[in-house]
Amino acid sequence: MHKLTLAAMQRSLESGEFSSVELCQHLIERTKQHNETLNAFVSITEEQALSEAKAADEKRAAGDTLGSLHGLPIAHKDIFCTDGVRTSCGSKMLENFVPPYNATVVEKLKSAGAISLGKTNMDEFAMGSSNENSFFGVVRNPWDTERVPGGSSGGSAAAVAGRLVPACTGTDTGGSIRQPAAFCGITGIKPTYGRVSRYGMIAFASSLDQGGPLAATAEDCALLLNEMAGFDPRDSTSIDRANDDYMATLHQPVKGMKIGLPKQYFEAGLDDSIAALLQQAIKELEKLGAEFVDIELKNQHLAVPAYYIVAPAECSSNLARFDGVRYGHRCEDPKDLEDLYKRSRAEGFGREVKRRILVGTYALSAGYYDAFYVKAQKIRSLISQDFSQAFADVDFILGPTTPSPAFKIGEKTSDPVAMYLNDIYTIPANLAGLPGISVPCGDVGGLPVGLQLVGNYFDEARLLNVAHQYQTVTDWHTRIPG
Amino acid sequence: MAVDNKVVEQVAHLARVQISAESVPDYASDMSGVLELAAQMDQVDTSSVEPMAHPTHAVQRLRDDVVDEVNQRDAFQAIAPSVENGYYLVPPVIE
Repeated sequence: MHKLTLAAMQRSLESGEFSSVELCQHLIERTKQHNETLNAFVSITEEQALSEAKAADEKRAAGDTLGSLHGLPIAHKDIFCTDGVRTSCGSKMLENFVPPYNATVVEKLKSAGAISLGKTNMDEFAMGSSNENSFFGVVRNPWDTERVPGGSSGGSAAAVAGRLVPACTGTDTGGSIRQPAAFCGITGIKPTYGRVSRYGMIAFASSLDQGGPLAATAEDCALLLNEMAGFDPRDSTSIDRANDDYMATLHQPVKGMKIGLPKQYFEAGLDDSIAALLQQAIKELEKLGAEFVDIELKNQHLAVPAYYIVAPAECSSNLARFDGVRYGHRCEDPKDLEDLYKRSRAEGFGREVKRRILVGTYALSAGYYDAFYVKAQKIRSLISQDFSQAFADVDFILGPTTPSPAFKIGEKTSDPVAMYLNDIYTIPANLAGLPGISVPCGDVGGLPVGLQLVGNYFDEARLLNVAHQYQTVTDWHTRIPG
Repeated sequence: MAVDNKVVEQVAHLARVQISAESVPDYASDMSGVLELAAQMDQVDTSSVEPMAHPTHAVQRLRDDVVDEVNQRDAFQAIAPSVENGYYLVPPVIE
């Protein structure tokens, strides 16, 4: 049962092959069994899930439909606020935080009939590329438990890859959906900035943060995104634009689509075996009728430097709200208000979060604002212009998702900059606000590899369409760790 | 762009995060590494480039000036570390 895709589970529930209670029970048992090793879940909401599954089965028996995800199990990254269910954001700061409300994404998926089995582990406050920064411990990659699952949505990616749950929510600020999807051999899409509501999604870098789904296939991502996307008046940067039906266009032909290959993505730094797999994928897409052209994205090398100013700057501002007064961790016996702030934050935040708060505070401080923050926002304009020029001529841009397959736990923890360079291919789309998808395209020594497609603004439907068509002629997305 | 211990201490104060004396040099070295990375941005002349304000040039939406939320003080105070009679408690600020 757990090996089925979300779409296949949907069909089986509809045909009565098994019930939602049977499905959820099976997956919860599986999760309990494997979570000790993988550490993909930080909370399993068994009681709530089974009672919702029972209600879903009863509704179905009565001929009612809750929505397109009726009775289907999912899990939420622990960054999405869940009413009455602890939402830790991977941090000691929020170790005991139980939100009194649901994030819009949680609410939307729930009202479409989805059943949350629990909350998935993540890098603290979504800051990390390996899931080694979680207060709740490292998540292990189901393909090789000595290796990282990627981050920051590492728990979500590992849970889907390990077939504990067919689909999860995630968030992507610099690659946090696409990079773990690539490392774990699954599919993940970061929509256009503003496509999915950020309300109730704990903020890291507000001009970059975007929620999206992770699942085995592009079709499953489309199923989930259909419900997640949409205008939300509660998010001031949500885009007021009609929703696309991502399922409706999955079967359109790829023939005639023009895909750009940025020379900068295939240069030094990319693992040779990944480059070879990308060439194979290009051949497959050519067979489907796609046309490839070489393009230039000449400021790409400045994306990581600009990101590591913009993201920490916004993080230092967003995380100022954790003051030990209204919610979250508070230190023992503060001697005065300043001591309360300083010690609560020192104790509540982990090392990487503190590092970024310090860098961000520095970059925003008097005398440095223009040299760092404004400069980085100017570089962002250049990177965005490069993309606009490219999209005048091509429909998509194809490249690697990551420079290498999943690395070993502990391999990069001593050098923050080496860790940051993992996101070299994913960060540009965040800086420009563009949608991007990672799709499994092979393996290197048994470790999955992802290819990334970046589309123009609001082109999620066509991205999912191309990814789905690619998945009809390849089987990398069907492989399950042994 | 080397950051020294003093800068770490100043910035940590601005950010209201206590950094233990023994870990200050580590943070100085980490911050220096990140700022060195950021310095690569100086390779490009951006004097005539406008800084990005929003990826899709969206403007701030305004809503009607009407109350659309109910008071949830009790729910929010229930998750606070220390409250009394509807107030959040902190150490005395005025002597």
